[in-house]
Amino acid sequence: MNVTPSNMDMLYQEIILDHYKHPHGAGLRDPFEAEVHHVNPTCGDEITLRVHLDGETVTDVSYAAQGCSISQASVSVLNDLVTGKSVTDGMAVLDSFTQLMQGKGQVEPDEDVLEDGIAFAGVAQFPARVKCALLGWMAWKDAVSQALVTTHPPTTGDPA
Amino acid sequence: MYDVARIREDFPILGRRLSGDLPLVYLDSANTSQKPRQVIDAIDDHYRQHNANVARAMHQLGAEASAAFELGRDKVAAFIGAPNRDEVVFTKNASEALNLVARVLGETPVGGQARVGAGDEVVITEMEHHSNIVPWQQLTQRTGATLRWFGVTDEGRLDLDDIDTLITERTKIVSVTWVSNMLGTINPLDVIITKAHSVGALVVVDASQAVPQIPVDVAALGADFVAFTGHKLVGPTGIGVLWGRYDLLASLPPFLGGGEMIETVTMERSTYAPPPARFEAGTPPIAESVGIGAAVDYLSSIGMAHIAAHEQAITAYALGALQEIDGLTVVGPKEAVDRGGAVSFTLEGVHPHDVSQLLDSRGVAVRAGHHCAKPAHLRFGVQSTTRASFYLYTTEQEIDALVEALHHTKKYFGA
Repeated sequence: MNVTPSNMDMLYQEIILDHYKHPHGAGLRDPFEAEVHHVNPTCGDEITLRVHLDGETVTDVSYAAQGCSISQASVSVLNDLVTGKSVTDGMAVLDSFTQLMQGKGQVEPDEDVLEDGIAFAGVAQFPARVKCALLGWMAWKDAVSQALVTTHPPTTGDPA
Repeated sequence: MYDVARIREDFPILGRRLSGDLPLVYLDSANTSQKPRQVIDAIDDHYRQHNANVARAMHQLGAEASAAFELGRDKVAAFIGAPNRDEVVFTKNASEALNLVARVLGETPVGGQARVGAGDEVVITEMEHHSNIVPWQQLTQRTGATLRWFGVTDEGRLDLDDIDTLITERTKIVSVTWVSNMLGTINPLDVIITKAHSVGALVVVDASQAVPQIPVDVAALGADFVAFTGHKLVGPTGIGVLWGRYDLLASLPPFLGGGEMIETVTMERSTYAPPPARFEAGTPPIAESVGIGAAVDYLSSIGMAHIAAHEQAITAYALGALQEIDGLTVVGPKEAVDRGGAVSFTLEGVHPHDVSQLLDSRGVAVRAGHHCAKPAHLRFGVQSTTRASFYLYTTEQEIDALVEALHHTKKYFGA
């Protein structure tokens, strides 16, 4: 089945609609080390996202998001994919998802890494929607880097 | 008799087929209008036969291009009833026209005084496009003046109840949209202009959505500045218009510095050309002036009163048909009274992005998002809306196609 602007089922895969209607891990929870707020300035979609780390492990990703089915489903999949993983593994998933989204439909998704995230392969062919799919992921990346600074403060080099 | 089928024949793009061999249903004219062949041909002919730079090339083509460029100004001036052709300043779009006014009103002309300073107030409204909000925020921040604004009623009208406390002796500028790009509301400018002038304030009108769809006579309107853009009135992108009262323009300092805006230049200082050249630094939008001239000729040949009547009728038809859909809520005036041809709405359970994507899959082009009017959306407690907007070529069949596609959208998302 070809992905064309008139073929909606390739864009709105069942998996995406399921995540949209029943988002995983939605809501803002304590504790957390970093909270970020990201917006998509072209459409106004917004997300507030919190990250809770336990050492190197992502123990919770909680969020409140306002946006379209693609952005909502994407953050739900993110929650599934990175919670419980190490920060390094989570970042590897992020890289893989970003590559898929920016691949203009030329990147073959790795189901072992992306699981439900492979449903977003069709989105890559709708340039206007790629930002929707990436909104939550970019917020997560930002939150994790902030949380790492909090939990692993850079050493100042000051002799005690 | 308004012959919409005949008009559509002038717009080549309206015959396009989209993905899936679907006919185009273009309902995004408030965003940008489509172009008739008369405009396309005029621009094409200019580049093929008359292209040269203006006002400086002493050869035959230079003379032709200069004459063509200035003819565009004459046509626009006549179209909006400007008493003097030199009151028409070309910019690159309406945003630049509004920025130009907001910038120069805060600057001090040689031997004069800035129009806006610390302690002064600028009044706008909650229903403005960002391009009539941000430049005034910048002006007031730069000068120490205060920004105030009219609210919007639940119905989507300007709340004029506090006009006497908003527009006071401290008010130096009132800037207001004529027709809201999001709500569709046509504002009662006469009341605002009268009040503003009674306290000595200048009035700037954002007419981006007005000039394309209603007859405009700036002399009768009585405002001090009027801004609009070419591409929304079947003209090309890349050209906007600032109309200003000549005495005012002549009292204001320049906007951008460069070629064509000077009288003379030495290494120490420059003196400036009179309006409109003072505000048109650099090579101007030449082919675009030819294009906007052809556009206003085209609109005039049909008649702005006829276009306004068509817009009114098609908007009434759309408001009726849309509001029969369960779960659809129009944001803005719900009847076609004092209302332009842009209808924003929400569809329960489906985000506007998804609505527009589904409509696009049926060949129906609308806009989804905040339409560069975030405060107006916030006022109605929505983050975004879907907007269908109509123009002289819009048909009832296209509205029917929109309604059918919305039913399909609801079914698709189980809403």
